[in-house]
Amino acid sequence: MANYELNINGRKLRVSAAQEETLLSVLRDRLDLTGTKYGCGEGQCGACTVLMEGRAVRACQTTVQSAAQAKITTIEGLEKNGKLSPVQQAFLEEEAFQCGYCTAGMIMSATSLLSERANPSDEQIERAMNGNVCRCGTYPRIVEAVKHAARIGALGGTR
Amino acid sequence: MTTFAWDRRAFLKGAGAGLLVVLAESAGVAQQESGRGFRGHEMPKDIGSWLHIGSDGRVTAFTGKVEVGQNIRTSLAQQVAEELRVPFDCVEMVMGDTDLVPWDMGTFGSRTTPDMGPRLRTMAAAARQMLLEQAAQAWNVDASSLRAANGKILNGDGSRSISYGELTQGEKLVKVVTAEQSLTPASEWKVAGTSAPKPEGRAFVTGAHKYPSDIVRPGMMFGAIVRPEGFHAKLISVDSKAAESLPGVTVVRDGDFIGVVAPDAFTAHRAAAMVNAAWDVPEQPSNENLFEYLKNNPETSEPRHPDHQSGSMEDGMRNAEIKVEERYTVQYIAHAPLEPRAAVAEWNNGKLTVWTGTQRPFGVREELAQHFSIPESQVRVIQPDMGSGYGGKHSGEAAVEAARLAKAANKPVKLLWTRREEFTWAYLRPAALIEIHAGVRRDGTLVAWEHHNYNAGNATINTPYDVSNQLIQYHPTKTPLRQGSYRALAGTANNFARESHMDALAHAAGMDPLQFRMKNLSNARLKAVLQSAADKFGWDRAKSNATCGYGLACGSDKGGYVATCAEVEIDSDKTIRVRRVVQAWESGAVINPNGLNNQNSGGVVQALGGALFEAILFSQGKILNPQFARYRLPRFSDTPKIEIVLVDRKDLPPAGAGEIGLIGVAPAIANAIFAATGVRVRNMPIAPEEAIPGIPASPFRS
Ligand code: FES
Ligand code: FES
Repeated sequence: MANYELNINGRKLRVSAAQEETLLSVLRDRLDLTGTKYGCGEGQCGACTVLMEGRAVRACQTTVQSAAQAKITTIEGLEKNGKLSPVQQAFLEEEAFQCGYCTAGMIMSATSLLSERANPSDEQIERAMNGNVCRCGTYPRIVEAVKHAARIGALGGTR
Repeated sequence: MTTFAWDRRAFLKGAGAGLLVVLAESAGVAQQESGRGFRGHEMPKDIGSWLHIGSDGRVTAFTGKVEVGQNIRTSLAQQVAEELRVPFDCVEMVMGDTDLVPWDMGTFGSRTTPDMGPRLRTMAAAARQMLLEQAAQAWNVDASSLRAANGKILNGDGSRSISYGELTQGEKLVKVVTAEQSLTPASEWKVAGTSAPKPEGRAFVTGAHKYPSDIVRPGMMFGAIVRPEGFHAKLISVDSKAAESLPGVTVVRDGDFIGVVAPDAFTAHRAAAMVNAAWDVPEQPSNENLFEYLKNNPETSEPRHPDHQSGSMEDGMRNAEIKVEERYTVQYIAHAPLEPRAAVAEWNNGKLTVWTGTQRPFGVREELAQHFSIPESQVRVIQPDMGSGYGGKHSGEAAVEAARLAKAANKPVKLLWTRREEFTWAYLRPAALIEIHAGVRRDGTLVAWEHHNYNAGNATINTPYDVSNQLIQYHPTKTPLRQGSYRALAGTANNFARESHMDALAHAAGMDPLQFRMKNLSNARLKAVLQSAADKFGWDRAKSNATCGYGLACGSDKGGYVATCAEVEIDSDKTIRVRRVVQAWESGAVINPNGLNNQNSGGVVQALGGALFEAILFSQGKILNPQFARYRLPRFSDTPKIEIVLVDRKDLPPAGAGEIGLIGVAPAIANAIFAATGVRVRNMPIAPEEAIPGIPASPFRS
């Protein structure tokens, strides 16, 4: 066990964890940030996606050690003063979920994509999001939600 | 009002002042779609459901059904709101908590919409009637001169009104309903029939919703299980000293059960890995001999009656000029819900509470009570809306394991199955061997149809086509792997074989597959969806060539009807890509079009996995591909353009729709591949990721 200082959603959090422990396990089990989900633990499903310095990473493939010092954003950190981020808003409006279990990871991947490309094409969305699984099969709506978020973003929505 | 006795403590708990409506019902026999398993329960004869209107006007409906993404939390609330004439957001559904809701068999088999919907509507309609009478009495007028709207009772010209809350203020009214009430016809629906949004939507997008795996209890510990090396293994020896030397770790040993409890999940898994256990795994079947095994190992020696028999196969075949006999196989597949099994168990003075993801909270309560030999009243199962199930979470393995650990540790314990455990120790969709022998006259008239299904079950086993000579039989078999329910499980298998076979017969008779089906079909509802799908797809213009094939299929399951058209692209190295799927379906009156479209389109995507590449590989009691890296799931890049044609029959009662969306997909794709290449693949999955022992290698990839 070692002590780490993590920068999560703009807050500095101290946590004691094993070196090789994953960021996912630390978020969920030690910091009670359960919005980030476990789906496979093998980097294949994207349910655990968080932003590290603004880029989507799989928290199940990231050790707590490598996450220390970086700026981490989880699904809990997107809403600002009660206002949903454009991606969250778009997912809600498109109802781009069924059971919702993949939703946090989808939103984080989409947020990362849109921060790089304000207006991605269908192919770019597919490529950027293909590591995220929705077992309920909500893919067409998720694509629509990402495009919808791009439109909200273009109108100056907060991100 | 009927006199009525009940002793359900829970029942009055949630019900404060206001109006409580109780539905007492007669027994309805349980239905279960897989061939065997969770049978034997009848609906209790006493209380079916209840509904409460508080003094604040808020309506709470209680049901044992659970929300797993299929949107019934929304669609049931819509129906209550409709009959009660209250705004949608005044209704709250309390679901899946065995201490608060009426006993329910479980959420599967597309039964919620046809069964639970009418019950809640009946109670809501009765409540509305009672409120009308209550107001009539207070105002000393005739109830028929009053109407209910927007949570209020109003007089004829609307000059006088009183809210439901005011009407029931300070009282504790109980109304027992038994008979069918007259319900609002779908053609007059205002709340039902619309696309009301999911009440939990916001919590989904903010990460605030607590799934079963997110539950945290004070003082909670974490568990992990030491698993055997294969199925039916016997424990030979175990050494847990190293694991026990880790700080805070307890190893729990009870017969062949070995579990670990630790202060955090990481340590629990590390400790479990340090337990040194040796197992003896007996010889058992593998993929290689799966279908021979199914064919040769009937479940019982007693012969089973055919599911359907009419005319004589012999006569039929003698009459037939074209005969086709084939065998079809379907592999085991996993549900792979994105949230694996999870449970948090807590003991308090001998009472056990378990939060867990299950489609059968009362079934899990029974499992727990039996395991610990305690009365069911000492067990509470709470099912937070979960990361889905697709028929895969009927059972309570994680709940029992967490409760065993919690009991031993004397602390609340959370147990989260890993993906590997979910693949290995849950249950699978049954594999199937299906043999069909059929005969057609030269003019395309079907005259003989024989269909045998080994293992998968008899859902949709009967042909919807008109055939005078039939022999149709499901053969339950012993099974090498643990199997159970799955969204449209036998329907998918039976329909894949039947609709592939129909396609083969159409080609053999030199007829267009659509015309051939229409010629042999008199079921108007099925014909209607078939025509709708074909029209939307542009079937008339769809001429297949070597690189692009068009196929169709149709079917009926649990009161719903579906027709699917698929466009499949095939490139020079035989890689197939499903480009477009048009699916028309009809399941009576539509309660929530947006939700239904979402679910149906999701069904197409899920069915695509089983159709194209999902397969469980196993050998000698071990699952060989228990991880997503080796078990391919449908992704964005696999998703075709999906067009749903929703036929809304306001004149018919709503049927469940969670399963019907799956059964047309695989045969439509297989038929499209045949149309393009002349190669018929009779094994599901059609284009597996790696060769599956025991069946001929598919020439196709995906
Ligand atoms: S849990 Fe991290 S990718 Fe699946
Ligand atoms: S909504 Fe259920 S996994 Fe995506």
